[in-house]
Amino acid sequence: MKEKVVRKMKKYFQPEIETMPREQIKEIQNDLFVKQFRRVYESVPYYKAKVDAAGVNPDEIQSIADISKLPFLTKDDLREAYPDGLLAVPKKDVVRIHSTSGTTGKRVVAYYTQNDLDLWSDCTARAIVATGGSEDDVVQVCYGYGLFTGGAGLNDGAHKLGALTVPMSSGNTDRQLQFMEDMQATVLCCTPSYASFLGESAIERGVRDRLKLRAGIFGAEAWTEEMRRDIEDKLQLKAYDIYGLTEISGPGVAFECEEQAGMHINEDHFYIETIDPDTGEVLPEGSKGELVFTCLDKEAFPLIRYRTKDICVLNPEECSCGRTHIRMSKPMGRSDDMLIIKGVNVFPSQIETVLLNEGLTPNYQIIVDRVGSSDTFDVLVEMPEDLFGDTVAAISRREKQIVSSLKSMLGIVAKVRLVEPKSIERSEGKAVRVIDKRKLY
Amino acid sequence: MIQKQISAYLENKPGQLLDYIQVLGENNIDLQALCIADTEDYGLLRMIVDDPDKAVDLLKKAGHSCAITEVLSVVIPDRPGAMRKALAALNEAQISFDYCYAFFSKEEGKANIVFRVPDNDEALKALEDAGALE
Ligand SMILES: [Zn+2]
Repeated sequence: MKEKVVRKMKKYFQPEIETMPREQIKEIQNDLFVKQFRRVYESVPYYKAKVDAAGVNPDEIQSIADISKLPFLTKDDLREAYPDGLLAVPKKDVVRIHSTSGTTGKRVVAYYTQNDLDLWSDCTARAIVATGGSEDDVVQVCYGYGLFTGGAGLNDGAHKLGALTVPMSSGNTDRQLQFMEDMQATVLCCTPSYASFLGESAIERGVRDRLKLRAGIFGAEAWTEEMRRDIEDKLQLKAYDIYGLTEISGPGVAFECEEQAGMHINEDHFYIETIDPDTGEVLPEGSKGELVFTCLDKEAFPLIRYRTKDICVLNPEECSCGRTHIRMSKPMGRSDDMLIIKGVNVFPSQIETVLLNEGLTPNYQIIVDRVGSSDTFDVLVEMPEDLFGDTVAAISRREKQIVSSLKSMLGIVAKVRLVEPKSIERSEGKAVRVIDKRKLY
Repeated sequence: MIQKQISAYLENKPGQLLDYIQVLGENNIDLQALCIADTEDYGLLRMIVDDPDKAVDLLKKAGHSCAITEVLSVVIPDRPGAMRKALAALNEAQISFDYCYAFFSKEEGKANIVFRVPDNDEALKALEDAGALE
């Protein structure tokens, strides 16, 4: 049994903002946006050129309703403007950078002023409080520290809240579990796959019952409801999702509340649109589309209409937690690698998530074909050694389990074919993930 | 006796079995029994060889999925009714098996049967008690 701690319950970190009537949120967004646009247009030559090239007269941008006249920014813009072509303040005002991993050509560097960092940590503090957090908590952060935004984001949010922060960074499972037990950590922050791994390790080493975790804040990866239940069961905590991206700030752009039904977007800082990824047309709230963010009050690196490539659905319904900020679904995948199979959107990343969760290697290949008028959907999975046995029944059981996990993630049935280790075709060392034979016809 | 059996995954593609047998042959491993369970999508190869550990090592190095399982291998007389007696003994003891296969013994007048049962010792005892073995 876990010790019951009497805690000073605090429902919101910034109640007046988090529960603000929607009209008021819209007013704030309107004011911030008009000022932000003007400032960025005037101080960032790259952005001015972009707006001018789109034939937009800046004087026409009088309210948030005019935002749809403005061009989108994409990762290509970030690449082109690298390293500091989108910086909107003098360099002396910048106090930190973060960067995405990736090859040099694709790296994104984001800049922060002290005020940017303050607002960001407000966002992550809101996320921690939304799990029932307070200054009584011990927050163990096992996201990577350094250039990655995960470690710093949750670290600073925990500080802001006044919780005891255990800055572990990633890796070294034995040490993680040791500190978790010795420091009596109550909140765990890491990727869902690492949480699952920590849970297994805690059970294996027999330390689970000595842990005091009550909540986990897991993000930076796609995960399913099954994974959530599995992690909650293994680590005996309640698992919350968090969303963010380096280009916009980092984790905490949106976060889950106790309802665990979508992530509230911090709309006082970020304006959100969903668009049709093919046409760029803005979709009505509640339609599935690509998320586009506008930073309303960031100073150093304020992207306007940045295309995330994440496909989501927004939910404008009131949330019973009392927060008024709109909720986003878990990203269903990336718009640029989306496949439509049997009429359903399928993202390779979802398949990868399922395989990792099933303890398989993420070496897979999707083969889509069309027989007659219907699609065939095969997923080739490399068989790990321990999966193999001597009975057909054991292999079939495992296959069925993979098929059912894929179905719960994707909504359609895939034919799973187990193949020998290292047998999936690789080009330049990287596995070829998708073979869409339909395109040949 | 308890016998180490090699099982190997056969992807449904040409030359797969030949590959395995070649690896064993090139390394002077004596193949004593072989059977294949076939499904729509793949085959499952089961083999008894004279040096199972070495064989698995070689097959894994060649990039194949294989495993060693301990199965029950017994000798019965090679005459009508002997197999029935063995199966009846297991049935009597309420022991079910996943699969079995039989092959000639090198000794005249005897046959081998391999059983995959949940508990080898229990099954062996049941067979012995019923006098089903040679
Ligand atoms: Zn809520």
